This record gives sequence, C-alpha cells and structure tokens, in this order.
Amino acid sequence: MNRRTPTTDVALVAGFAALIAVCALLPEIKTGVGVPYSLQTFGVLLAGAVLGPVRGFLAVVLYLVAGLVLPIYSGGTSGIAHYSGLTAGYLVAFPLAAALCGYLVHRKRENATQFAVVFTCGLLSSVVFIHTLGPLNLAWRGDMGIKDAFVIDTAYFPGDIAKNVVMALVATAVHRAFPDLVARRTRSQEPVAATA
Amino acid sequence: MAASPLGDYQPGTSVLHRLPVGAKLLGLLVLSAAGVALRGVPTTATLLALGLLACAVAGVRLLRAARALRGVAIGLALLAAYQCWQQGGERAFVVVGSLVAMVLLATAFTTTTSIERMVDAITRWLEPFRALGVRPELVALAFSLLVRGIPLTLEIAAETRDAARARGLERSPRAYLTPLVIRVVAHARATGEALHARGIGDD
Repeated sequence: MNRRTPTTDVALVAGFAALIAVCALLPEIKTGVGVPYSLQTFGVLLAGAVLGPVRGFLAVVLYLVAGLVLPIYSGGTSGIAHYSGLTAGYLVAFPLAAALCGYLVHRKRENATQFAVVFTCGLLSSVVFIHTLGPLNLAWRGDMGIKDAFVIDTAYFPGDIAKNVVMALVATAVHRAFPDLVARRTRSQEPVAATA
Repeated sequence: MAASPLGDYQPGTSVLHRLPVGAKLLGLLVLSAAGVALRGVPTTATLLALGLLACAVAGVRLLRAARALRGVAIGLALLAAYQCWQQGGERAFVVVGSLVAMVLLATAFTTTTSIERMVDAITRWLEPFRALGVRPELVALAFSLLVRGIPLTLEIAAETRDAARARGLERSPRAYLTPLVIRVVAHARATGEALHARGIGDD
C-alpha cells in the first residue's frame, strides 16, 4: 500500500500546486492598511511541511511557473506581471521557504505530528526567506529606502503568525492521517520497495 | 472571483500570437531590465507606449487590461503617493509608470499564450536535462494535473466550507482547511496510483 511511485509524487506535487492556487484565489482577508492577506503563504508553507523539501519546493515552483499564464496569484491577477512588480521578491522567496520548512519538519519523523515544531519551522522559514527577499525587492523596484520597505513588510507579520498557526494545525492533522508522507526513502529501502 | 482560473488566453492570429513563447518571455525580460538600467522619463514613456501597443496588437479588451491592473492598483497607488512625497512627481511617474508598463506587457503575454503552448515550450527546454535525470514527460504530466486540479480543488474547497458552515464552524479556518487538504492528498494518491496502474510515468 502507498508505495512511492513517480506518478504519485507528480500527482502530489500537482495537487499542492493547485491547492496553493486555490488558497491565493480564496477571498482575501481585508486589513484596512492596503496589504490584503490571502492564504497564499499558508499554502506555500503547508506544501513544504506536508510534502518535505523536494516535493514541496517543486510544488511551489510548478505553481509559480503556471502563474506565468494562469491568473492564479493572489487576488486572481495573472502571473507574470508580478515578477516585474513590487511583490516579485515574495514570489521568489516562496519555493525557498517551502524547501526550508519541509527540510526542518521532515528531519525527524516525530516532528511531523507536533504542532509546536511545525509552527516554529514555518515561522522560521518565512522570516529567513519571505521577510527578507520580499522587502529587499520592494526597496529595489519601488525605489524606496530599505528601512522603509522593511517597515511596510512588518504589516504582514500578524497575519503570518496566524497563518502559521493554522498551517501547523492542518499539517499535523494531515500527517496523522497519512503517516507515510514523511517516510524517508533511503538507498537500502529503495530496491525493496520496488520489488515489494 | 472575476477571472477564470483557467486563464486569460484569447485565441487569435496576431504577430504576438504567432511568436514563440521563448521569444516573448525573453522580450519581457529585456524590457524589464531596460526599464531598470535606463531609468528615466523617456524610458518609462517608451515602455508605456510599447505596453499599450502590445495590448492593442494582442487584441486585449479594455476590460481585461483594467482587471489586470486592478490587482496591483492599491500597491501602485500607495507607491505613487510615497514617491511624490519623498522624491517628487517626476520620480513617481518613472517608478510607477514603468511598473504599469510591465503589467500591460505581461497582460499581452498571457492573452496570446495558451497553457498548452507554454507546456510544450517548457518540456522542449527541459529535454537537454534528461541526462541529469529530469523527465520532461513527468513535468508535462504535472502541468496537466495542475490545470485539471484547480477547478476540482475550488470545488472541494466550496464543499468543505459548506460542511463546516453546516456544523456552525464557519469562523474556524481549521474546520474547513483540514478536510480540504486531506481530500487533496487522498485524491492525489488515487490519481498517482491510477496513472501508475496504467503504466504512465514508469521507466
């Protein structure tokens, strides 16, 4: 049961890319300060936490590449404009954050069902990548001071913490439902799995 | 949701429709780089003119161009105000104008490029990496599963939200996100196994 096959990996990667798209399209949570929160980063970090570093990274990359022609970035705007725009830094940070989050969560099997661990991994990954590359690009493309850009970026912090709480609750529940998502493929197991 | 999740592509026969995907992406990249390298009023004005021209050639309807700009309008308006206050109106025009131009050029790209043509181009570009273990046919499979997966996932999202509402839990994101994600994983597994059973994606 549930042997890892390339097609299952591809289907999981595509399924999470679609999930991130749907998260970005769901109605935004209005904040009143000009930065709408969507569930996009929830989907990105969840992909890493659930699928692990490699599949998580690929799911986000697939989502971003498909967004070049499909209007699946937050708020339903069509993709490629964002790369030349103010939010490009955030998009570039997404696959990296998913990979880091996935690496940290999947390092130990027991991590995957512990809320506090998954929450910390998600928050750490978004601080390391999303909240650095995002404002750096904003400063560059918006021609503003780096300090100003980081101040604007802090508006995303409260929403990010809330989204990481929900992400950790959902990811741990998914790992309890599908414990073998974390099962590591080691060299010695691979031939056995292939012939089983 | 005003936009269809399946894309802004409009079939047509314009020059932009016939150009290869790679050439269009390269063009966007070059213009974007030029906008940064040659920052100034003439450059921005030229880019804006090119953006409008590209939209006209591509046959982008006014409504669609407006919709593309709507998504980034708040950010651009705030940025324009910030620039006017910090560095004056001319700088605001240069910075915000070149961003608007890029949105227009990008809209022309999405209007004239179908997902099929982009997937074809990507799998062709990946062909040389086969030696490194990259399998372009699996990448193409991932794209087609994604395109089918988006409306399906939207449907599951609506169903799980209704279920949460029926239990009086509409204020708890967890009550509908957890079943949504579990169903996405279960569906992906079933799809993967079905494809595997048909011998798709095997060596």
